[in-house]
Amino acid sequence: MTTQWTRRTAAELADALAAGEVTSVELTRAHLARIGVVDTDVHAFLHVDADGAMADAAASDARRAAGGPLSGLDGVPIAVKDVLTTRGLPTTCGSRILEGWVPPYDATVVARLRSGGLPILGKTNMDEFAMGSSTEHSAYGPTHNPWDLDRIPGGSGGGSAAAVGAFETPFAIGTDTGGSIRQPGAVTGTVGMKPTYGGVSRYGLVALANSLDQAGPVTRTVLDAALLHELIGGHDPLDSTSIDQPVPGLVDAVRQGASGDLTGVRVGVVTELGGEGYQSGVLSRFRESVDLMVEAGAEVVEVSCPHFVHALAAYYLILPAEASSNLAKFDAMRYGMRVVPDGHPSAEQVMRATRDAGFGDEVKRRIILGTYALSSGYYDAYYGQAQKVRTLISRDFEAAFEQADVLVSPTAPTTAFKLGEKLDDPLAMYLNDLATIPANLSGVPGISVPSGLAEEDGLPTGVQVLAPAMADDRVYRVGAALETLLAREWGGPLLDRAPELEGGSS
Amino acid sequence: MPETPGVSLSREQVAHLADLARIDLSDAELDHLAPQLVVILESIASIQGVAGDDVPPTSHALPLTNVFRDDVVVPGLTAEQALSGAPEVDQQRFSVPRILGDEQ
Repeated sequence: MTTQWTRRTAAELADALAAGEVTSVELTRAHLARIGVVDTDVHAFLHVDADGAMADAAASDARRAAGGPLSGLDGVPIAVKDVLTTRGLPTTCGSRILEGWVPPYDATVVARLRSGGLPILGKTNMDEFAMGSSTEHSAYGPTHNPWDLDRIPGGSGGGSAAAVGAFETPFAIGTDTGGSIRQPGAVTGTVGMKPTYGGVSRYGLVALANSLDQAGPVTRTVLDAALLHELIGGHDPLDSTSIDQPVPGLVDAVRQGASGDLTGVRVGVVTELGGEGYQSGVLSRFRESVDLMVEAGAEVVEVSCPHFVHALAAYYLILPAEASSNLAKFDAMRYGMRVVPDGHPSAEQVMRATRDAGFGDEVKRRIILGTYALSSGYYDAYYGQAQKVRTLISRDFEAAFEQADVLVSPTAPTTAFKLGEKLDDPLAMYLNDLATIPANLSGVPGISVPSGLAEEDGLPTGVQVLAPAMADDRVYRVGAALETLLAREWGGPLLDRAPELEGGSS
Repeated sequence: MPETPGVSLSREQVAHLADLARIDLSDAELDHLAPQLVVILESIASIQGVAGDDVPPTSHALPLTNVFRDDVVVPGLTAEQALSGAPEVDQQRFSVPRILGDEQ
């Protein structure tokens, strides 16, 4: 029975709760049990809040018995990436510098989960301050890919993706600054959606790069992503960059797409997001997906976005610049770690010692890089150029969206690599986000949908669907259609082919 | 092509940048991080000269101007909540190490 409920989608669980077939207490207990069995191996969670989740579940059941569920997802348990503040629950951002910090307030996303009645199972692992593509930069140890425990689950939100892929939670919240929702989705065979920038509140999201960060759904199906997105999305006065317009009908778009019909939809294949640097099995699964879309009635055109080749360089100037400013707040005075050197140290000496002890290598690399990029004498040549390239990338998107309703590409250039393989080669690590970064620079929405298994290693690959800003519904429609078409080919969801984790392997 | 600064980044420069960023790096850390930063910097140096003077910079994905709200008092954190994560607290205040140098 436990296995049965954990294998269901969030939408199915919501229906079962509404039909009285199961209680939230039973669902929450089943997922906590699954976490207990597999998470020693997967290490998707940094903190599991069993007591809190069970109390929330009992309250949900009481509401439902009284006839007043708070939302369609009331009682369906969820996990939250450890970069979002949770009142009363530790929030570390995967960093030693915030070890043991318990925020006194909820992020807006978390507040919306609570007011929707979703029990929060716990906080998921991530690269420190969301800097990385493998979760290996977590100060608390890496997360393991449910498809192969010796491999990375992607990053920075590898914890959320692995938790969903290993059936420890029906769905989760992730955040995406350069691909941290979509790339983990691709390498774990799950769905990851980065909404339009400003579509989901950033209040309480510990900022990596304010102009790029966006929270969104991590799920096993496109429908679950839309259900969650509609719950957490929409205007928030606490976030000055929040879009003050209604979220387009996302669940309706999924239902439209789920028929598998793409008649009249113009799909653009981006020339620059493929070819060299992409694994052959990733490209062949991508081409099959495009062929399926053509069979389903889509008009496929090839579009060129010539400035995308500079996206990685622009990103690794803009992100470190913003991150180095953001992380200046970790000064050992108001929250987090304080390291006091011997003698009678000054506040500044305490700050220096604390930041050395509290930050990991990748965070230090990016802070130093950002400090360099913002230095006088280099500002125009680097940061100023990066901001201009950002304009050129947005213009490329505008031109491409005149020819196509959505753009598609492989989500990540490779399948999951071995833990440790790229840990000390930062540039090789950065290349994992080659295809996902342009969307962040321009603020457009993007989803990653599983596209199959690469023949050379049997590991999951993903297809990315991008749409213009505010047209998240298009992403959902095409993503859902692709999901339907591929499931028909496979005879079921891709995750059915993932190894059955039984725990105790390490 | 505008004049472009070189992409070299010496160990001393890295030490200086870490100093500006208020991070005490040990010699071993400098040995480890400095060469990696050079590789990263070389790979992003290609961005110089990509965009001409006529291209306006983008600092933000959305073209937002100032956002206002009504000046209404809403509940905030209590002093106890605000201090709850502090490394050291003294008489309902953040307690910090001395802020002046020995010579001051």
